[in-house]
Amino acid sequence: MIGSLAGLLRRAWRHPSGRIGTAILLILVLTAVIGPAFLADPVVMPDVVAGATPPSAAHPLGTDHLNRDVLSRVVNGARVSLTVAALAVLLALTAGAAVGLIAGYFGGWIDALLMRVVDAALAIPRLFVLLLLLVVWERIPLYALVLVLGTTGWFATSRLVRGEVLRLKQEPFVTAAIAIGTGSWRMITRHLLPNAAGPVLVAATLGVGDVILLESGLSFLGLGIQPPTPSWGGMVLDARPLLLSAPWTAIFPGAAIVVTVLAVNLVGDALSAALDPRSA
Amino acid sequence: MVGGSPPAYRARRPGRLTPVSRWLFRRLLQAALTFAAAVVLLFFLMRLAPGDPLSRLAGDRAISEQELEFLRRRFGLNQPLVTQFRAFLGGIAQGDLGVSIEHYPEKVTSLLASRLPATLLLGGTVLLLNFIVGVWLGVTQAVRRGSRFDRWMTRLALAGYATPSFWLGLVLVAFVSLRWHLLPAAQMTDPLLPLDASPWTRAVDVLRHLALPALTLSLTSIAIMMRHQRAAMLSVFRLDYVSAARARGLTERRVLWRHAWRNTLAPMITLLGLWLPILVSGSIFVEAIFNWPGLGSLANDAIAARDYPVLLGTAMLVSGAVVLAGLLADVGYTIADPRVRQE
Repeated sequence: MIGSLAGLLRRAWRHPSGRIGTAILLILVLTAVIGPAFLADPVVMPDVVAGATPPSAAHPLGTDHLNRDVLSRVVNGARVSLTVAALAVLLALTAGAAVGLIAGYFGGWIDALLMRVVDAALAIPRLFVLLLLLVVWERIPLYALVLVLGTTGWFATSRLVRGEVLRLKQEPFVTAAIAIGTGSWRMITRHLLPNAAGPVLVAATLGVGDVILLESGLSFLGLGIQPPTPSWGGMVLDARPLLLSAPWTAIFPGAAIVVTVLAVNLVGDALSAALDPRSA
Repeated sequence: MVGGSPPAYRARRPGRLTPVSRWLFRRLLQAALTFAAAVVLLFFLMRLAPGDPLSRLAGDRAISEQELEFLRRRFGLNQPLVTQFRAFLGGIAQGDLGVSIEHYPEKVTSLLASRLPATLLLGGTVLLLNFIVGVWLGVTQAVRRGSRFDRWMTRLALAGYATPSFWLGLVLVAFVSLRWHLLPAAQMTDPLLPLDASPWTRAVDVLRHLALPALTLSLTSIAIMMRHQRAAMLSVFRLDYVSAARARGLTERRVLWRHAWRNTLAPMITLLGLWLPILVSGSIFVEAIFNWPGLGSLANDAIAARDYPVLLGTAMLVSGAVVLAGLLADVGYTIADPRVRQE
């Protein structure tokens, strides 16, 4: 029901974490969208010999080992990281909702089969699934990374949606809908999906944070976003040998990850509190 | 529960399984099937990416086409996929996970066995640390629900959860080890320790090396423990027996720990299955940063060297541990909470 979803968002907005998180996220997204237009090219290396220079008026966050502007790379990295995370979560959500609906609605052997596959997939930590997929790849293209992150993230969502569908099937309004002869498609799209939206929204929000952390970790291992495309994890990897001589090259991209994931999780926290007020 | 007389009146025939053992048997079977399916998934995951697992080797090091062909034959990669899969399953049945490429001809199983103790030490320490500190903080938060302490602890925990362990590890190394020289930056033991050092000196040495990796892993993962403990306590506080215990005039501390907390223990045990994947994933980064000689750094070296049998073996071991943890958590839950047993 759209009404209950709006109510959920309103209750989340009343939560202080919800407002703080949304505000930070808005600033981040705005910076990621318009920031690069005002900043130096993140890829071009102006003067490799000069090496890493500390923060100054020209470079507020200093420059990295190839003398590229750290601020520009952090901002451009936000663009890449946020886009990858948003697309991957969207993909995971769609797949998870589809599988969960099919399993919960049709039940029987379809449900049993799908849930056994999900059980098996959940037994392998997601990082290992990604490592095994990516280790063979030579320079993975960005769209493939999105695809890989999306297709490894739907297992828990499908469980969640299935549970919601099973719960809703017991509700009188669903029985009533069955009684008046509502077809499967209409039942799923009009009754089940809208009523399962709340928990799915919470899971999706927290999923964005998880994907940003995973992507930065993979990039740190050299398996995620490939240089010279700026990514926060890749920047920390580049900064590793300069830890003592140029700490700014490591600190700022890492801080960007913390702030972004924290903002996303604050919103998720507010949403889940709005969903279940008793646990807040 | 479909009709019939209540089960309590039915005489139990000798030799028939009790409900609990039947449940246990089914749960064991389910765990075994899940693990088997995970193994199949793992094998085919490796083959989903373009090219075979060895094609990356040529890009990274001086290796001739003939040597590559020899390796392909040695690892059976020139065989049809079905044959490879059968050989892989046959190997597992004999407890053989193949040989490493990087440490040729060492067996994957012996590599895993040599790295397991360090990971168990690190993981066990973090688990213990998070359990003690996380339980205490979560309970205190629940008691002082809505207070400034509660709100700030929630935010701090979220901040810790948002921090990438590889970055926190690097920052801690930079300041605590490299700049202030307070704790060692890498490895598990000091290589310069005299050979006749006492066991006490050796234990202190390991503890000093353990401090930073354990702290990194704990700070980035304790949030989950705190949040679940807080939520579990809040749901128990609403129940009648807590009010009854208060009404009997018991001290607040006794009500809190003996009556309320004890009943959150069962749901907390089920967290074990959730916990392990997070801990293991985190330890890949933390062990790599601190050169901790465990499974995480083994996997990390395997990634760098494209040593796919080792990576596959590590993933299998980890998945087995996750399935086992889930099983133990379920069994523990049943033992801890008699209400579940009667179903």
